Amino acid sequence: MAANPNELATKATWEGSVEQLRGLVSDRALSGETMLLNMGPHHPSTHGVLRLLLELDGEEIVTVLPDVGFLHTGIEKSIEDKSYEKGVPLTDRMDYLSPMSNNMAFCMAIEKLVELDVPERAQIIRVICLELSRIASHMVWLGTQALDMGAMSVFLYCFREREYVLRIFEMISGQRMMGSYFRPGGVWRDIPADFIPEVKRFIEYFPAKIDDYEALLVNNPIWKDRTFGVGVLEPDMALALGVTGPSLRGSGVNWDIRKAEPYSGYETYDFDVPLGEHGDVYDRFMCRLQELRESVKIIQQGLKRLTPKGEFRSNNRKYVFPPRSELGRSMEAVIHHFKLWTYGFDAPDEEVYVSVESPRGELGCYLHGTGGNKPRRVHFKTPSFMHIAAIPTLAEGHMIADLIAIIGSVDIVLGDCDR
Amino acid sequence: MHIPPAIDPVESLKAALGDAILDVKVFRKETTVVVEPSRIVDVMLHLRNTTGLVYNFLSDISAVDYYPDTHHPERFGVAYHIYSMLYNRRLRVKVYLPEEEPVVPSITSVWPAANWLEREIIDMMGITFEGHPDPRRLLMPEDWDGHPHRRDYPLGKEVVQFSFNAEEIMKYKPFAQK
Repeated sequence: MAANPNELATKATWEGSVEQLRGLVSDRALSGETMLLNMGPHHPSTHGVLRLLLELDGEEIVTVLPDVGFLHTGIEKSIEDKSYEKGVPLTDRMDYLSPMSNNMAFCMAIEKLVELDVPERAQIIRVICLELSRIASHMVWLGTQALDMGAMSVFLYCFREREYVLRIFEMISGQRMMGSYFRPGGVWRDIPADFIPEVKRFIEYFPAKIDDYEALLVNNPIWKDRTFGVGVLEPDMALALGVTGPSLRGSGVNWDIRKAEPYSGYETYDFDVPLGEHGDVYDRFMCRLQELRESVKIIQQGLKRLTPKGEFRSNNRKYVFPPRSELGRSMEAVIHHFKLWTYGFDAPDEEVYVSVESPRGELGCYLHGTGGNKPRRVHFKTPSFMHIAAIPTLAEGHMIADLIAIIGSVDIVLGDCDR
Repeated sequence: MHIPPAIDPVESLKAALGDAILDVKVFRKETTVVVEPSRIVDVMLHLRNTTGLVYNFLSDISAVDYYPDTHHPERFGVAYHIYSMLYNRRLRVKVYLPEEEPVVPSITSVWPAANWLEREIIDMMGITFEGHPDPRRLLMPEDWDGHPHRRDYPLGKEVVQFSFNAEEIMKYKPFAQK
């Protein structure tokens, strides 16, 4: 059973022996020939609380042992104790840079489990939000990776654009980041009147900013020196390690879930999937940078289809709560409202697996119902988890400074990894 | 490039490893193949290497605890989600493990990606993966007792500190006073 935390606190010692690491590091470390060094958990370039135990031969990396779990908050366990809809706000907190993708994976799993429909207009709103959230997330990635490698100004520009997107999120959901805007069967509320003009203004403003980033980095000789040929990931190796998303496409594997297994109407949008060639840090960087333009293209097409007023969530009252206006007139609506907010809804004792293309890669959600109103098991297969597991393979034989570039290039979020 | 025609994974498995297949279920167009735990590596190798199947990508490994129903048909389930890039389709392979001895062979030899996914399950569900190269805990501290994702593991909470119980709580937090 659970360890008594009090006992643990008094037992804790700060000493460790290298013997514990036998078999994990090379024998040279045990004799003291190579050096063991802790990087993190509060190293700024590890993008969160990731601890890497490095075995170093001079400045060259022999082994990397990632240590994760500092941000483990038991989100999966907590969702098991809540009715389905109440789990949505918890999923926001996993990958805190793109909460909408997490909402999407969880809501899609629920919708598949109970066969809930999503109106077409809600799907368009979802696609626009997902792409905006991809832009916001890539902005943090680009900014922090450039910052890690000494390009301070890119960071400031990126956060300026990200703030623009977050203001749009605040407009639609009331929160800058943890909006919980997607709900099973659609979205929480209809878009405000300002939404369409504001997003239009953003996509007119944003492409010029991508040009700026490209001007700053793409042909920058220092940037090229730091990224060319660093952290090369062969396509076969990438697949074997479970690397997904732009990190996989940087190696030239054409796999985007938005194209391969379209969801939320992605098959009707016209966009390209940027591919890399060499699988190094530079190619992964270029893939993500070009994805920004593709996202803008998708948003443009979405805005053309989006009508200012209309359905934004399913009319299936057994799963989706009724609009506020009906509560004063209809007894049935009151019953549904009460039932859904207290008990929730039942889902069959079966399992489903769905995956979405989050900004980082394949975000999978495995959902197992109980027949009652709470899930038996929710498991999120998160891209950052797989990417951190791949860091040792990528970093082997490189210098410490290259490790910083590699960590930035696989784009990890520790909340996403630890859940 | 010539792509060989896709074949039905269930038929192919039944023909090659018929004795290892226990059950086949289809729910919401997702196929689940329940297999004998001890044969999981053979099944995975067959699915990965056979022409016409080529499930070359391991998406996810999830474990389920059916407690208190320990005969569902067994207490634990481990679901492997695999994906074929060539034929763009998914398959779920599932094993059921008894409460007393939840042991299944590790598939890290088939997909290195299974390494951390299995480590998470070792940590969270207390299932043993035989032949795993590095079976340490992953997310919880290494001296932690118990496996948090089991259904009989309490959800847990932190007692809120008020002035009436402050002393009682601080007694157990020696480091907080330093």
